[in-house]
Parts: sequence; C-alpha cells; structure tokens
Amino acid sequence: MINFQYSRATDVADAVQQIAASTSAKFIAGGTNLIDLMKDDVERPTRLIDISRLPLKQVQQTADGGLHIGALVPNSDLAYHPLIEQHYPLVSSAIRAGASQQLRNMASTGGNLLQRTRCAYFYDTATPCNKREPGSGCSALTGAQRMHAILGASEACIAVHPSDLCVTLVALDAKVHVAGPAGARVIPFQDFHRLPGNTPHLDTNLHPHEIITAIELPAQGFAKNYSYLKIRDRLSYAFALVSVAAALELEGGKIKQARLALGGVAHKPWRVHAAEAALQGQVPDGTAFARAADLVLKDAKGYPHNMFKIDLARRATIRTLTQAAKGTPQPPSNKKIM
Amino acid sequence: MTAYIGTPASRIDGRAKVTGEARYAADFNEQNLVYGAVVASTIPKGRIKHIDVSQALRVAGVLKVLTHQDRPQMAADDDAYKDDVAPEEGSPYRPLYDDKILFNGQPLALVLADDWETARFAATLVQVDYDAAPYVTDLQAQLSTAYVVPKPEKPRGDAAKAYAAAQVRHEAEYFIPTEYHNPMELFASTVHVDGAGKLTVYDKTQGVQNVQGYLSKIFAGSVQEFRVISPFVGGAFGAGLRPQYQVVLTVLGALALDRSVRLVLTRQQMYALGYRPATIERLALGANADGTLAAINHEAIAVTSQFEEFSRNDTGWSGLLYKSPNTKFVHKLVRLDVPTSSDMRAPGAATGVYALESAMDELAVALDIDPLELRLRCYSDRDQNENLPYTSKALHECYRQGADAFGWSQRNPKPRSMRDGADLVGWGMATGVWEALQMPVAARIVLTANGHAEVSCAASDIGTGTYTIVAQVAADKLGLPIENISVKLADSTLPQAPVEGGSWMAASASHAVASVADDIRDELLKLAKAVSGSPLAGAAGADVTLAGGRLVSRKDAGRAMSISDLMRHGGLDRMTKEKLNTFAQDHSHARNTHSAIYAEVKVDEQLGVIRVTRVVSAVAAGRILNPKTAGSQVMGSVVGGIGMALHEEAVYDHAFGRIMNANVAEYHMPVNADVHDIKVIFVDEPDDQVNPLGIKGVGEIGIVGVAAAIANAVYHATGKRVRDLPITLDKLKA
Repeated sequence: MINFQYSRATDVADAVQQIAASTSAKFIAGGTNLIDLMKDDVERPTRLIDISRLPLKQVQQTADGGLHIGALVPNSDLAYHPLIEQHYPLVSSAIRAGASQQLRNMASTGGNLLQRTRCAYFYDTATPCNKREPGSGCSALTGAQRMHAILGASEACIAVHPSDLCVTLVALDAKVHVAGPAGARVIPFQDFHRLPGNTPHLDTNLHPHEIITAIELPAQGFAKNYSYLKIRDRLSYAFALVSVAAALELEGGKIKQARLALGGVAHKPWRVHAAEAALQGQVPDGTAFARAADLVLKDAKGYPHNMFKIDLARRATIRTLTQAAKGTPQPPSNKKIM
Repeated sequence: MTAYIGTPASRIDGRAKVTGEARYAADFNEQNLVYGAVVASTIPKGRIKHIDVSQALRVAGVLKVLTHQDRPQMAADDDAYKDDVAPEEGSPYRPLYDDKILFNGQPLALVLADDWETARFAATLVQVDYDAAPYVTDLQAQLSTAYVVPKPEKPRGDAAKAYAAAQVRHEAEYFIPTEYHNPMELFASTVHVDGAGKLTVYDKTQGVQNVQGYLSKIFAGSVQEFRVISPFVGGAFGAGLRPQYQVVLTVLGALALDRSVRLVLTRQQMYALGYRPATIERLALGANADGTLAAINHEAIAVTSQFEEFSRNDTGWSGLLYKSPNTKFVHKLVRLDVPTSSDMRAPGAATGVYALESAMDELAVALDIDPLELRLRCYSDRDQNENLPYTSKALHECYRQGADAFGWSQRNPKPRSMRDGADLVGWGMATGVWEALQMPVAARIVLTANGHAEVSCAASDIGTGTYTIVAQVAADKLGLPIENISVKLADSTLPQAPVEGGSWMAASASHAVASVADDIRDELLKLAKAVSGSPLAGAAGADVTLAGGRLVSRKDAGRAMSISDLMRHGGLDRMTKEKLNTFAQDHSHARNTHSAIYAEVKVDEQLGVIRVTRVVSAVAAGRILNPKTAGSQVMGSVVGGIGMALHEEAVYDHAFGRIMNANVAEYHMPVNADVHDIKVIFVDEPDDQVNPLGIKGVGEIGIVGVAAAIANAVYHATGKRVRDLPITLDKLKA
C-alpha cells in the first residue's frame, strides 16, 4: 500500500470537483474492495476522497412507482429494507448471497457496482494482467482460470464481474444515476459495465470524474415469481462459479414477461434478451426453460479449467427458472437447493 | 480423587479469550516499538543480483532496511538453524542469510519503520533485480525424479505376487493437493530489548523452548539470553511446530536498531511457510472372496523442498491397521523449488488413511460387501507391522456405537439409491488411526498456605485446552477446587516441555503435573509426621491422598490434616516442587488411538452441489480428561476433514511457480454453512498400560479418515468416484 492523501467531500458537487482536481484519486465509501486492492498494491490512488458522509443514504419511492436508492445505502440496509423485501425480493436475495454480513454492513450500493474482478492475476502484481497493466498480457488465458468467463471474453481478458447484486439490477432494468463535471446523467444498467474487448482496464462506462449518486428501479419488481441461485465451491462466502437471476410474470398459465441474467460468466452481469424473448408466451415448463438456457449459452466458450461452467450454467438456468415459475425462490440462508 | 478429571469443565482461559484480555504474540506493546514489513521474492528460484533500498530509506519514518548484505551477524553453520523438529536431512532455510532464492515468497528484505503503515509503504519501494533460474514446482511433471525414502515398516510376504493371484483386486491412485494450515492468527513476533544482551521474544509458536534454543544458536555471538513467551496461540495445526522466519527477522531488526520490534506477516506471506505436501497415493489391494485381505500395496509420493527432506509416514498405517499376510510399502519424495513441507493436522495419517480408506471402500464395492463389514473381516487385534498387542484398542466399539448413532444399518448399499427430493443421499464410512504418543515434560507446583496452587510448564496451549486439563489434573491431585489453581504455560523459563504436537501434550503434561503433585503430597506428609500426635504418623506416601484441602488417610478418612495447618506447622508460606516426568520405555505393546467416522452427504443431482449433512465420529482414545474440550477438538478436526474432502487446495500456476489463491477468500475452508450436524462419541477405553492415568490424547485422531468417509459418501450418493481432492462439483460431472 502506498501513502495517500485523504479528504472528505462535503456534497456531490464537491466530490466531483475534488476528484477532477487530482490525478489518480479515488472515491472511497465502504472500502470493502478498494482497501484490499490497495493493500495488494493493485490500486495505487494518491488521494482518497471520502464520500461516505454524503447524503445519499435514502431509499425512496419514485413518482412512477419505482424506487430510488441512494448510492451510499449499505448493502445490508438495502437487503432488509421493507420496500426491497416486499417489492424486489430478487434484489434482497442476491445481496444476501454475497460476501458476509460484516462486509455487507460496510459495502455501499454504488460501490457494489464498482467492485473489481477477483481474477487472481489481477490481484498478484508479480504476474502480467491486462486489466491491471494494459498491454502486459493475460495470464489467466493459459493459467488458473477455473472461475473465469465463458461468455463475452476476449483474448485480452477472461475475467468476470463478481457482483451478485448487479445480476439482479441488470435483470430488473435498473438505471444508474451519475453526476460529473458535465452534469448529471442516467445510464441504463445494461450499458453500465463493459465487455473487455481490448480495453479490459475499463470495467464501466463511467466517464472520468463521475460519481454514482443513485440506482433507480422501475415499478415492476417480479415479487411473485423470481429466484436468485448462486452456485459456488462452498456454501457461503465464496464467489459464484455461476449465478442466475430469473424473474417471470405469469398470466393465464403462460409467461407474459421474463427476465434472465447470469453472474460469474462474463466481464459484466450477463443478461440475455434473446432467451427472455423465447420464453415470452410460453408455458413455463422444462422444455421452454431448456430452450432458453440453450440460447443463453449459444455462444459460450470455455477454457481448459472452466469448461464445466457451460453445462453448469445451463443446468442452473433451468433450475432457477423452475424455482421462479413455481414461486419457490432459492432461500438465501438455507443452502439446500430448492 | 476424580472430581474434575473426566468432567466437561469449561475452559479456564475462556473469559480471557472472549474479553480480549488474552494477549497473543502481536499484542505485547511497548513504547517506541518499531514495526517491520517483509519484502518477499516474486520468483521461485535464482539469485538476488541487486537490491536497491535507497528509495525506501528516503521515506520519512523508515529507520533501516535489512537485507542479506546489511544485517546483524548470524551463525554460519547448518546445525544452528536446525530446530528440535527440523528434518534430519538437509540444510534448513536461513532467513535473510545470502543472495540465494529458494522459493517464491521468500523474504528478501525487512523494512523497519516507526509505524506499520510506513514500513509497508516503504517495502513497496524496495527494488529487487533478480537473476532468475529455471525451477520446478509441479509434482506431476517431476515424477521421474521421485526417490525412495526408507521407512521402518518391513514388507510381509510377497505383495506383488499375492495381488496378482488375488480373487478380487482393486488398484487406484489418489491425490491430495497442497494444503495450508491457515490458522486464524497471523504469524507474528514481538521482540523486546531488555538490555544487557537480553531479548524477550513474544512469538506465535507451538514450542517456546524450541524457538528459544533455535534463536540461541543462531545468535550465539550477539545475544546473551533469549526468553520466549507465547501464552496464547490463535490456532496452529502444525504450522507453529518449527520456528518461522518472522521470528528470526524480528530479532535481526531488534539487534540492528537496539530497539523493540514487531513483525506480523500478511496472510499472503504465510503461504511461503510450511504446508501439507501434495501427495500421490497408489493402493493395490488384493482380497479373498470372503472379504479378507491377501495383499496391501501402498505407495506414496510426496513433495519436499530442494534443501530439506521432510516426510511423514503415509503408508505404514495400512500395514498397521488391517490383517494381510502380504504387504509392501514404498514412500517416495519429489524435490521442488518450494518451501519445505511440514506437519499439518495428522501428518501422514490424514493423507495415507484417506487413500487406504477410499481404497477399502472401493474394495467393498468390488466384493459386494458392506464397507463396515469389510473392516470387521480385516480387523486386527494386533499391530500388524510389529505384530504387537495394543495397550487397548476399542475400535470395534467405535464401529458399533458410531454405526448405531448414525443408523448405518438402514443404508441401501446401491449407489444412487437413496434420495431426499432433488438430492441424492450418500452414506460413507471410514476408519481413523493415530498414535498415542507421550513425551518427557516437567512441571512445577507452587502451593501456598491458603490452599492455592500455581502450576507451571513451558508447554503451549494452541487452543486445545491445555490450560484447562492441567488445572483439572492439578485440582484432583492436590485435592483443591479448580478455582484455586492457576496455570502458567508457554514461557521458555518454565519447566521443560517439547513442542505441542502429535496429540501428545494431554498425556505428557498430565503425568508431569500428577507426578509433581505426588511430591507435594509427600512433602506435606513429612510435615504431618513432624507434628506431635499426628493422625498420619504411620502413613506412607501411597497411604494418603489430598482431598478437600486436606491430607487424608486412604484407609481412614477420619485421619486427616488440612494443608494450611500443615504448612503453618512447618513454618511455610509456600511449597515449591518441580519434576521431570518420563515414561517407561515399554516396546511390548502398540499404542494407538482409533476412530470410526460415518458421513452423510446430500448432492443436488442436477447441479452437483455437495452438502455434508451429518457426521458421526466415534473415538477411542483412552481416558478423556475433558469431554468438552476434547469434543471440541474432534469437532474442529472433523471440520478440517470436511475442508480436506471438499474445499482445500493451494492452486499453483506453474508458469510463475506461484500460488494463485494465497488468501482465505479463495483458498476455501469450510464456513458455518458447510458445517452441519457433527456428533462426537468417546468410546470407553480403559487402559492401565498406556500410562498410569490411561490417557492417549486427541486432536489428530479427529481428522484421520474424515475425508475418506465423505468421499465414500459422495460415491454412494452419485456413483461417481472422485479420487483427487478436493471433490468439487465439476469433478462429479467430468
């Protein structure tokens, strides 16, 4: 860890002004990922701008029946917020599937979006990594890649995004509110994270010096038929090999609307519109779910250590859709898969 | 006299631990403490061409950067670096000694600064220019270099021939990857400079006198006296048996600056310490159709470093445990450019018995015999290697009581035959075995006239409950309430004790305490006899006992005198006795602990997610001093076994010779969600031959066989035999 300056932002405008004024500064909120990366010398900010005291901790209903979630709402508060539990249990379930209670108490909603990959080479400064050091090469391509991407990867980077929350936010058509030197703007969640291409050092489409101020959820929460299923190497406190968020709107025994997104498979939370479209109007049964799963994995490509994830993702997709359709979502605390 | 022995007394140090009053190696503070940070090698082999510390030295608050070129004097001979438990063969690693790089993560420099943050920052500024050399870190790729290490077990008959001729055969290869101890507490040392060439070292260790002797040899030229203290240890599992490099570096720092220094390793840096070696085990079992064994062939190939030869006995257990007229054991080592492997949680047995008990399960399938029944048919009342009777062996009862508690008789032998909804249910079992070891240990008792006693010994309590059992034994032998006993441990100035390992400390320390308590009793009897008209005038030592604060005649409880009266008569405020207890060298019997483990797994049929839903561990380990602390030990060991079976693996990238999951987020160990119902049964095993108190010790016995029982349960659930640990869900689908 290198030495750094520390300052507090007084309001959002001040935060933006401060970060624009310094070279290689970072915002810090919960710090649950940033501090680890600083200890490992992966992140080397010369200044930390503490935004944790900014008034971005409210969860409020919007005029159109959606929800406006301040960027600094702790993950725990969000998971157990009555409006989230009632209207967006998919979000609650995903948050509770991640990290540990202590980490969730510290981690912020905005920070969750900005957590970096868990690729071991990204963390180990003794090895090449294009994400950490552009142009140095991707060690995972021929290395330990069991956790790595099966969708949307490039020769430059096969890392995956580690968030659980984000998988549900992309599924639910959330929006990201940001502020920056050029003013405020709103980014559809789908466009927030990037695929690696040949710029894997860029995780998101945030412009320089922009700050996340809020996440907005639309009115439809799919509270009746949803499930978040996370498959991992131990039953808690592990990153996903594969996770699936499924949400269905059923009407007259058929699927009126479907949402499907996967985690642990790509550089960004992976939503598959084609699979959703294929489910629309279908009877929610194994045949329809298998066809949707096939569409999800149509272009999947494995590497020697993670080839298994393709079939695992397929099976997990079918199971999660089944759980959602039956109205028996995967409980976050009971590790028996329903 | 057994008010406390055998009872589930709560830990006497429990309150100190939960309130934070208990101080660990990195908790001993002093004003103006200096903090160290390690610069570690990022290559596995080569030389330091140049090391540039100038930038680090320019940081305000940095006091000094030690390197092999700039450090206080250290001994120049191998013997100085050989600690009490170092491998016999080889040259121990010398921290910061020269420019040679022997393994990745090796410390190359120590930055010393006024605070930890400054030291850590400056450490990032140290520039190392390497002269890298070709290296090998992959066991599988180096098998052609494996060489045989002699082990004591003699072959019996002709195992190759008997195997070839056997009616039913099973041959397979099993693999255990590199595993790390990962104790909760980071390795740390705090060295206080006491002046006049004296240093007090607070160290995380399983043996203060081992560290004391080691440091005394290395720094014989510069330090008059080392005192090593380690009152509490936050887990060790074998990692603290040998002195670790941070203690040498901390002393070097203290000597270089003549100031007190603290060094705490990071979790990542702890992956450059010892580990359970990756091991390939090959079993070839030949059986007769009646389920008796005709041949056991057991070969193990394990890892050691290029500079030391560490190996434990993996193969001997199969020869010991089961009746077979023909046996052959081969133990091989492969040298890699890695740190020396080390003892970890039942070294040799955890790995060797995993393979043996998996192979026995496979043989049972081949024979179409119940796995438990196969063990019973191969059961031996004698140590098969040495053809000796046991002092006691209640393994039969372990099998029976464990099976009853588990409900084994309800098992449908057919794989994939038992279900719970979408889950396949599997039941597996295995045998565990360990040694009942005992070592010379000395203890001191200071008895005060008010009926309090302080018991002291250099032995460590690595979290297992040594403080508590020492107090229990002392309370019973001195006839005092346990509240009146205080225990001091793990200070090198206290009476002699070896490292705390091998499950030998309970038996060894208890007998030391009992033995010196007898001396106290005899001394009190002398005082009693000096009293005119003494009711105990004619008594001999064996005729009296201490009970209820009094010296009492065993024949006539009415004849008694109180301790306080006796000491008042003798004009004594306190009475001090110290004694080294040794055990009779008796080679006429084998001394072992045994266990039977039954495990239930539930495996999601579609997704392969494995849950260990139930484990019953029935243990025969002689007299159990404290079923609460011993039960906790076995329970913890079972959790370690779950980790071994399903989670633990250091993932190497041989392109860099580095471990890529050197942390506790990605090196998986079981978390609460992975641990369900664990039932520990202590089977009654009276044993007046193993030692006077009949104690065999627990700890290691709790993990041996657990991984096999779980692997066998996974096979029973799924029909898929996974022989390379850990059993992750992808291997079920492969």
